[in-house]
Amino acid sequence: MAMSRTNDNKVKVEAAEIGSAVSVQNISKNYGDVEALRDMSLEFPRGQLTSLLGPSGCGKTTLLKIIAGLLEPTSGHVEVNGKNVSGPGPDRAFVFQDFALLPWATVLKNVAFGLEMRGVATSEREAIAEKYIKSVGLAGFENSHPHELSGGMRQRVGLARALSVDADVLLMDEPFSAVDEQTRRKFQEDLLSLVQDENKTFIFVTHSIEEAVYVSDQIAILLPRPSRVSEIIRPSSFRNKGVNNIRRDSEYLDIVDNIWSSLRTYVE
Amino acid sequence: MYVFGYRLPGMSSLVIWGMLWEVIGRADITFFVPPLSEVITILFSIIGTPAFKKALAETAYAFSCGVFFAVTIGIVVGILMGKNRLLDEILLPWVNVFLSAPLTALVPVLMVLFGFGMKSIIITTALFAVWIIILNSRAGVKQINRSLVEMANSFGASPMDAFFKIYFWAALPEILGGVRIGIIRAVKGVIIGQLLISIVGFGALFELYSANFLMGHFWAVLIVLFGLAFSISEFLAYLERKVAYYAAKR
Repeated sequence: MAMSRTNDNKVKVEAAEIGSAVSVQNISKNYGDVEALRDMSLEFPRGQLTSLLGPSGCGKTTLLKIIAGLLEPTSGHVEVNGKNVSGPGPDRAFVFQDFALLPWATVLKNVAFGLEMRGVATSEREAIAEKYIKSVGLAGFENSHPHELSGGMRQRVGLARALSVDADVLLMDEPFSAVDEQTRRKFQEDLLSLVQDENKTFIFVTHSIEEAVYVSDQIAILLPRPSRVSEIIRPSSFRNKGVNNIRRDSEYLDIVDNIWSSLRTYVE
Repeated sequence: MYVFGYRLPGMSSLVIWGMLWEVIGRADITFFVPPLSEVITILFSIIGTPAFKKALAETAYAFSCGVFFAVTIGIVVGILMGKNRLLDEILLPWVNVFLSAPLTALVPVLMVLFGFGMKSIIITTALFAVWIIILNSRAGVKQINRSLVEMANSFGASPMDAFFKIYFWAALPEILGGVRIGIIRAVKGVIIGQLLISIVGFGALFELYSANFLMGHFWAVLIVLFGLAFSISEFLAYLERKVAYYAAKR
């Protein structure tokens, strides 16, 4: 078989070689009687992109928010760079599905917001913000307001804001689901080069199988009722073949098919 | 509005009402309505008198103090109620009761508590204005996009940062709407306070003129008061328009 569907042991070995930036250990989360996550453990290798993929209701966003420190787990704990997470911290930055931009503030102020919260002085943070606005391709829009931008441009602002705080771990909650298909493809390509260029760990929530396989170094398939990690897939052969060849690579196609066949019973 | 293809300036309808007033006044139907021209002549004759200046100063002082307290307390309490479920449950019934209560009936109680002076008038003014400001600020916070709050938290915003940099701005369009209505109610409050608590300011002038059947003077002061309230309200409407660009897109 062309794809490398790894068993638990192999994953642990690979994770140990690279080292985990984020380690989720025995996390459970209950909302009253509802069990959102049960005893979930997962390793996120440093410098790589890991997707959390699964049908809706499988707790992938819940897990991401627990890693972000925005939600408290009922039991278990999360370690980032070996340190226990007890709340949001400067080692993590979040990219939101609905962008979460301040509608009253300019692009520049929005991008600088994370730095502002960390107490960086105005001139310094605006200089950093300008740099990242340029790097996401929004130069010239510094003084625009979010409502003057398209959905894709707004998410670039959200991305620039997350990058500007220079966190080790980037948490992305379905970041491309609210942008149109063509913009989305461009984003996916940009994300690949971002993972390659920036020495950051990406945790990426998506419900698109193709997207997950396209961008990920490691895909964690989450299944609901009760929420659990059903398998971990590490695509091996197509990552370095260039962005244009991935979608017709046979391993890519096999993985997409396999994931769909394991998920289809959970989709009503 | 357009008449014969010409665009009429705003508030042109006032001209028609003014003319109607003049006609009724000249027809001598009732002593209660002197002609508008006479009222305006009286207006200019009393506007520079020490009595008028004193009334204006006293009213302006009570009004601005009352509005200041109402706005400060109203915005803070409203935002906190919108943020905090427990506080909301505790305070909301009272806010609703006081919003619709006949506050004039409370004024004698205030006189007992705070005496027959400026303090009671200021409190009356604030009481007239504060409730709608609380309710509007609360409503502004209630409709806030949850992910903005999460975003601020994820970047480590302190509660103070969240309050001033997220909640306040997100609720600002509603807050300004509440402040505008609150200020209109405060005008009522300050005059009622001046009439009931101690006869000072414009309240004293109203009392004096109506007791002596000086209807021209009475209307003149009323026009001044209306003009002031209208200008403040228009200024706030202008501020509201300035934040309208994001009000619909939060």
